[in-house]
Amino acid sequence: MLLLGIDTATSAVTVAVHDGDGVLAECSTLDARRHGEYLAPGITQTLADAGRTVDEVTAVVVGTGPGPFTGLRIGLVTARTFAFARGIPVFGVCSLDAMAHQAWLEDAAGLGQSLVVATDARRKEVYWARYNVCPAGALRRGEPMVAKAGAIADDVRGLPVAGRGAVLYAEWFGRRVGPLDVSAGALADLAARRLAAGEELGAADPMYLRRPDAMPLALRKQVLP
Amino acid sequence: MTGGPLVLGIESSCDETGVGIVRGHTLLADAIASSVEEHARFGGVVPEVASRAHLEAMVPMIDRACRDAGVRLDDLDAIAVTAGPGLAGALLVGVAAAKSLSVALGKPLYGVNHLAAHVAVDIVEHGPLAEPTMAMLVSGGHSSLLLVPDITQDVRSLGSTIDDAAGEAFDKVARVLGLPFPGGPHVDRVAVDGNSGHVFFPRGLTSGRDMERHRFDFSFSGLKTSVARWVEARERAGEPVPVADVAASFQEAVVDVLTRKAVLACREHGVDDLLIGGGVAANTRLRAMARERCDAAGIRLRVPRPGLCTDNGAMVAALGAAMVSRGCAPSALDLPADSSMPVTLVQV
Ligand SMILES: [Zn+2]
Repeated sequence: MLLLGIDTATSAVTVAVHDGDGVLAECSTLDARRHGEYLAPGITQTLADAGRTVDEVTAVVVGTGPGPFTGLRIGLVTARTFAFARGIPVFGVCSLDAMAHQAWLEDAAGLGQSLVVATDARRKEVYWARYNVCPAGALRRGEPMVAKAGAIADDVRGLPVAGRGAVLYAEWFGRRVGPLDVSAGALADLAARRLAAGEELGAADPMYLRRPDAMPLALRKQVLP
Repeated sequence: MTGGPLVLGIESSCDETGVGIVRGHTLLADAIASSVEEHARFGGVVPEVASRAHLEAMVPMIDRACRDAGVRLDDLDAIAVTAGPGLAGALLVGVAAAKSLSVALGKPLYGVNHLAAHVAVDIVEHGPLAEPTMAMLVSGGHSSLLLVPDITQDVRSLGSTIDDAAGEAFDKVARVLGLPFPGGPHVDRVAVDGNSGHVFFPRGLTSGRDMERHRFDFSFSGLKTSVARWVEARERAGEPVPVADVAASFQEAVVDVLTRKAVLACREHGVDDLLIGGGVAANTRLRAMARERCDAAGIRLRVPRPGLCTDNGAMVAALGAAMVSRGCAPSALDLPADSSMPVTLVQV
């Protein structure tokens, strides 16, 4: 098995190659405005670093967000197209799950019983989800949501928090843990563990959580005074 | 014609997700998905709605184009993609898909200009372009007169709209007349039964001083306002609005200016070949008047069939194939999408 992991749901443009046992190589660049420029060269670079070629990749796993739409779509369309071109499957993993998994990998004991992941949703909001810390990993409770940090319940906000939202809205959140942005290595590792456990992975479909901003056609403007 | 490079082109600058496949001068596939119906109730293209639709349509269109052309992705010689101009978020979906194909298949990538592609598409319809060619591009997003010595690397701008694009004027006037979005086809349809001499609407930038300062530029904003005033005045007076006559009169004003300036540009630059492209080139009155005036001036006119005038992937593939044939170097894998890419930049 050779997984190509990709995520563009946070400020990181991140790519990893995972062989089922561990991460062979990972490349990440922090630039929230240039996902489209760094991602493709990042795939080439990561495969080269891992000493592997495109035809050895057996599946693609991509972060499905939630995250700012334009960046998120770049990862998804890249993953879907790569998989189609190679004739291999493509799977989606919630990007917040990948961050919770990384926090758990790094220091499961230090997390206590629960944690929150909160990332930048722009417009003074965060994408967030709550996780239970178990021996098997960090398990999400419910669907990810989007909200103002101040609108999240006190007892949830007070939990250890991973993700950039914890830095942007430090006054609302509790103790910072884990990563600020997604690592494709953690994403691929989570996917590999789920596959090994016989779980089905989701589709590579975006979690937007917001409708497009658009106003239906207003009444015609008058031009005569 | 079976020779020439096999190129797949991707277009996603506005609301059409287009994937075309061209071999040399021959069109093999032109798969297209449009989100236009999702935008209709907003009266214009909503960028986020368009971008979401591009993501969902991209792989299905690549798949359909390969099936229609009867080729495998591995057979391709190159990938071409619209790098700009257009809606930033929409462009990025196509550019990312093209890069991913390039990486996954190990094929060279060409990031090309959408406007140049509108010109190049006629290669698959009427063969190689005359050099130089005069090109007039008219659509919802652009209205330009271009002098084109070499479509793969030398495109010069003679003029463009200083306010609304021609297609935008059609959309806005359609709204005033209570016709659906997009306005172009509907105005064209109802104008058939109208009297184009019913109202004489202004011809923007055609008077003496404007012809010195804006010789090959266009302006359609004043025309649109003039139509709106005329219609409102009738409505306020409680009189019925002769929709067909107003549509025909408006269309006549647009087409008159476009063809007059295009023919003048050919004459003054000593160019014998005029090519009209872009969505508005599907307009039947524009095609007819351009034909008349070009015949009278001894200019050879080329207009692609209507299906190739609107945005599509074939035009991008056609330009990519011309570039590969000319030995142009591929683009870098980190090429950006450029929403305001200048028309004079053919490739990034
Ligand atoms: Zn166009």
